[in-house]
Amino acid sequence: MYSRAYKSVVSVPPLLWVAAFLLLPYALMFAHSLWAVREGIIVHHWNLNNYKTLFTNPVYLEVLSRTLRIAASVTICSILLGYPLAYYLAFHAGTRKELLYQLVIVPLWVSYLVRGYAWKTILGSDGVLNGFLQYLHLTHEPVGFFLYSPFAVVLMLTHIYTPFVFLPIYAALEHIPRPLLEASQDLGAGSLQTFWRVILPLSMPGLLAGATFAFVLSLGDFLAPLLVGGPSGTMIANVVQSLFGAAFDWPLGAAISVGILVITISLLFLSEILEKRWAFK
Amino acid sequence: MSANSTSRRAPLLALYAVFVFAFIYSPIVVLVLYSFNRDGVGGFPPRHFTLNWYTQLFADSSIWDSVLNSLMVAAGSVALSLTLGLLAALALDRADFPGKALFRRLVLLPLILPGIITGLSLLMFAVFAGVQLRLLTVFWGHGTALISVATTELFAGLQKLDRAQEEASLDLGATPWQTFWRITLPNLKLSLIAAALLIFTLSMDEIAVTFFLIGRDNTLPLEIWARLRLGITPEINAISTLIFAVSVALIVIWYRLRARSLGDRSQEFLEQLGETS
Repeated sequence: MYSRAYKSVVSVPPLLWVAAFLLLPYALMFAHSLWAVREGIIVHHWNLNNYKTLFTNPVYLEVLSRTLRIAASVTICSILLGYPLAYYLAFHAGTRKELLYQLVIVPLWVSYLVRGYAWKTILGSDGVLNGFLQYLHLTHEPVGFFLYSPFAVVLMLTHIYTPFVFLPIYAALEHIPRPLLEASQDLGAGSLQTFWRVILPLSMPGLLAGATFAFVLSLGDFLAPLLVGGPSGTMIANVVQSLFGAAFDWPLGAAISVGILVITISLLFLSEILEKRWAFK
Repeated sequence: MSANSTSRRAPLLALYAVFVFAFIYSPIVVLVLYSFNRDGVGGFPPRHFTLNWYTQLFADSSIWDSVLNSLMVAAGSVALSLTLGLLAALALDRADFPGKALFRRLVLLPLILPGIITGLSLLMFAVFAGVQLRLLTVFWGHGTALISVATTELFAGLQKLDRAQEEASLDLGATPWQTFWRITLPNLKLSLIAAALLIFTLSMDEIAVTFFLIGRDNTLPLEIWARLRLGITPEINAISTLIFAVSVALIVIWYRLRARSLGDRSQEFLEQLGETS
């Protein structure tokens, strides 16, 4: 029904734009990872040394494993907070469902930076939490380990990604046909059994989507560590950032970025396959 | 047993839900509360009410310059990514071309990948092309990265669209151009507004890509960022509270718009066409 001219008018401009300003930049990132720096200048000398450094230098491997641990903690905490909340809204909130749903959405519109800043003011050694604890006479001296620790990074990122994890889980729970649950109970399954055998499997695609999102975005975060992480909370993206900044080793930074990219895309791919396997038929 | 056995009361779960809401909202509450605290951020409880931080904020010209910069970048990004995103969504919905599957994935990458990857890739491209970093490069970066959001929203809108109206319009003698303006666009209105609001907010808040593409003129998040590196000041609580208020206002406007009956303009157009032909 649409003419050839119509089809070219709609497809050519975005194709060209995306090819020039997304494909080419990403390709350039890959090319950089195969180049080298000599005496402060990037030379187009093709080699695999950056990847060799990446896999053999224990510093990078250590930061990477810390990053994976932080991302995994954020994902688990977000699920532990988001899933029961979604479950409550989907099955028990009654008439307040719509309002509560909106209440989960609103913080999504609050700036990432602003929320990070809020945690900084709460967790600091003369921050609100320490003030509160002393006010209650639970502690007498400021507790120093709240801020500038991997714990603070996990807390801040969990706060940011919980609503994102909640959303797909809630959507999945809402789509479960209610007669299915009644059937399960009528056939004698207890609540717990109904949850394990019916609800959880059917909400798996939503859970996977949310978990992947939280994991992938935590993995590449460099702002939370700078804001609340301190030296002990440094993550892999901070290493990249410093290689592109003061350390001036773009090729090595690009190689680490390609590594992050490969991990991210494999995870998305894996999650896509799993989601299909769990999809409701 | 009642038919609706699943919606019985669950006090423990309700309590847990309250706890999760408290976790989600406590930083925001603290932030707003301490923007009115005379003794600054920290300590408990906040004791003396003041508007000093707000007066200080309103006199702070470099903050307002950065707000203006952010507004310009966000408005430009909305225009750029909405245009290209609309075309991309139409192309994905209606045209077949070589590399379509790749294009679909590529366009979404900035949404899925950590911001630092897209930011650095664009930086390398700018350096490679010999472009000097300034607000224009930030606008280019936001506009390009946010095509992903526009495409997703508008493609979903197009999928729900009833093609019969467009067919009827073309059959009744309207040109493809007329059909586009009077049928396709009005039917997409809601998706367009949603996408525009989303792009605007995301651009106003963007840091990861901006971080690498910024020249001398800061956007608001980067101005806040620069100050945070120096230390905590309640002025940031004040500006954050204002941003929060504006965001909530935008959400309310959005719901009003959505709730208001859209009026079926495209139906009217079809009727007119039917009468004339």
